Amino acid sequence: MATVTRPVATAPENVWATRPPRSLWGDAWRQFRRHRMAMAGLVVFLTLIVASLIGPYVYTVDPNTVDILSAFQGPSAAHPFGTDDVGRDVLARALLGGRISIAVGIAAMLVSILVGAFIGAMSGYFGKADGPLMRLTDMFLALPPLPLLMLIIFLFRDPLRAALGPVAGIFILVVGVIGFLTWMPVARLVRAAFLTLKQRDFVTAARSVGVNDSRLIFAHILPNALSPVLVAATLGVGAAIITESALSFLGLGFPPDEPTWGRLLFDAQSYIDFSPHLAIFPGLLIFLAVISINYIGDGLRDALDPRKTG
Amino acid sequence: MGRYILRRLLISIPTLFVISAVLFTILALAPGDPMAQFALNPEVPPEVRERVKASLGLDQPLHIRYAKWIGGIVTGDFGFSFATRGPVTDLIVQRLPNTLLVLGVAYTISVLIAIPIGIISAVKRYSLFDYGATTLAFVGISVPTFFTGLLLIIVFAVKLKWFPFLYDSRVVVSDLNTLGQQIRQSIMPITVLTLFNAAQLTRYVRAEMLENLPQDYVRTARAKGLHERPVIARHVLRNSLIPVVTLIALGVPTIFTGAIITEQIFAIPGIGHLLVKSIFNTDTPVVLAITFLFAALVVFFNLVADVLYAVLDPRIRYS
Repeated sequence: MATVTRPVATAPENVWATRPPRSLWGDAWRQFRRHRMAMAGLVVFLTLIVASLIGPYVYTVDPNTVDILSAFQGPSAAHPFGTDDVGRDVLARALLGGRISIAVGIAAMLVSILVGAFIGAMSGYFGKADGPLMRLTDMFLALPPLPLLMLIIFLFRDPLRAALGPVAGIFILVVGVIGFLTWMPVARLVRAAFLTLKQRDFVTAARSVGVNDSRLIFAHILPNALSPVLVAATLGVGAAIITESALSFLGLGFPPDEPTWGRLLFDAQSYIDFSPHLAIFPGLLIFLAVISINYIGDGLRDALDPRKTG
Repeated sequence: MGRYILRRLLISIPTLFVISAVLFTILALAPGDPMAQFALNPEVPPEVRERVKASLGLDQPLHIRYAKWIGGIVTGDFGFSFATRGPVTDLIVQRLPNTLLVLGVAYTISVLIAIPIGIISAVKRYSLFDYGATTLAFVGISVPTFFTGLLLIIVFAVKLKWFPFLYDSRVVVSDLNTLGQQIRQSIMPITVLTLFNAAQLTRYVRAEMLENLPQDYVRTARAKGLHERPVIARHVLRNSLIPVVTLIALGVPTIFTGAIITEQIFAIPGIGHLLVKSIFNTDTPVVLAITFLFAALVVFFNLVADVLYAVLDPRIRYS
């Protein structure tokens, strides 16, 4: 990529020994650290992940213990997030719900990135595939995502639940459908990067020494097309968390006993007039997750933008 | 120009065909009998069920049903609802005004808020105002609409009791009293949609302004002695608004899908509400019709955006 202009021989040899060469990702990280909100976002998001992963082991209140006598309690020392309609502890449920919500977000993003990168790479690298694949992308862009998601999940959740179990079945369905309905922007980004990169000298050089198509695509061009994908991937996690929560909020997500953040909000709706804490805590968690991810994406975009690296 | 629009129009038609076929196939391949409601009812004897099936055309092979459905759409006939037995078109037409009212007002206010804030934010970059506006916009695009809706209900309907909890569709505006009632019950849903869309549009406007401000033509305008105000209003703004206008057009279908959630929270009987209800009732014809309408909106506003772009930007050639 950029040619490193080293000072001529006058520099003593040991200067290079003490100062390791700057890499693209090292530069990006240094730049990223300067973005205060992005760093704050990173800390918040990592905290949410850690909390939902090890939280249930530290905060050992059982999320499924029903205690009708202490239903609808507001936040207190015993129940920091209060209790729900049958007296279950909301904090314990929110911690558990975080696992599913964040896992859905990350997994759906991975599906969408893999599909998008594959279609974008094929379309940008092979001229013949470009027309049909881009028409496919345009068609997918015209599909209304939320109605279609609702429809597919409603129609196919029962057979999948029967085949794979209540949680795994819905997880695969939600992740798969979100992934397959959101890959289009990634495909366009990757295609655009491939179109310019494949004309570069380093690709011609690699091809002239006999590198085959698949190695050229995956080892030479794709790594150089990753930075826009990384930003899209980060923002994709937030969007997928919102989508999953929206589906659960409409009653079309995970089964009732699986407390995802959206599901907790859906359940809270009926009691909103006298137990607003039931809605506020899960809602705040969704908001915190999404805004921290968006700030991370913002920081990454600035850090990876070659025009801004100084 | 006319030929360009015509060609773009002709490209949209096959897209709509493919989308309609995809939607139809998803519903046709779906496990479970679309006639489940009738099938589960023990009161209905089998021969009656067969007759109902035949009257709805469900005994025919898939491609014939698709052809009939498509043929109906062209004439504005989306078939009959399983739930109400009435024409789907009537159901949609009945619900549409509620949706259009809330969406139209919300989107108009969003545009009216976003453009000035975006301009000031970009012109006074790194100022306190810019910092506040960008942070607010960032929060705005990060709060899911269903959470904003619930928060508004908690604060303004439950605690302050300023606005009614749910939307009452029976309100008919006939005098000042009912007009006030209509306005009061529309404020919260409109606010939810406005916050999200205004936040997004503000970011677009600001980004486009910042893209144009350092350009050479701006320096030229200043160099020839023009005051700052005309430089911004006549030169930078007009160039920045070209992409913004197309983005506003492209955002219309998105706001329609956003209405699904808002209508659900506030129980507004619009088409989003109808869609959710019909999905849960397996009312296939209604679901097909509304999903197809949403897809048609996307295709149509893509077309509008392209045409607008071509009209507004003389550098774009229509070839």
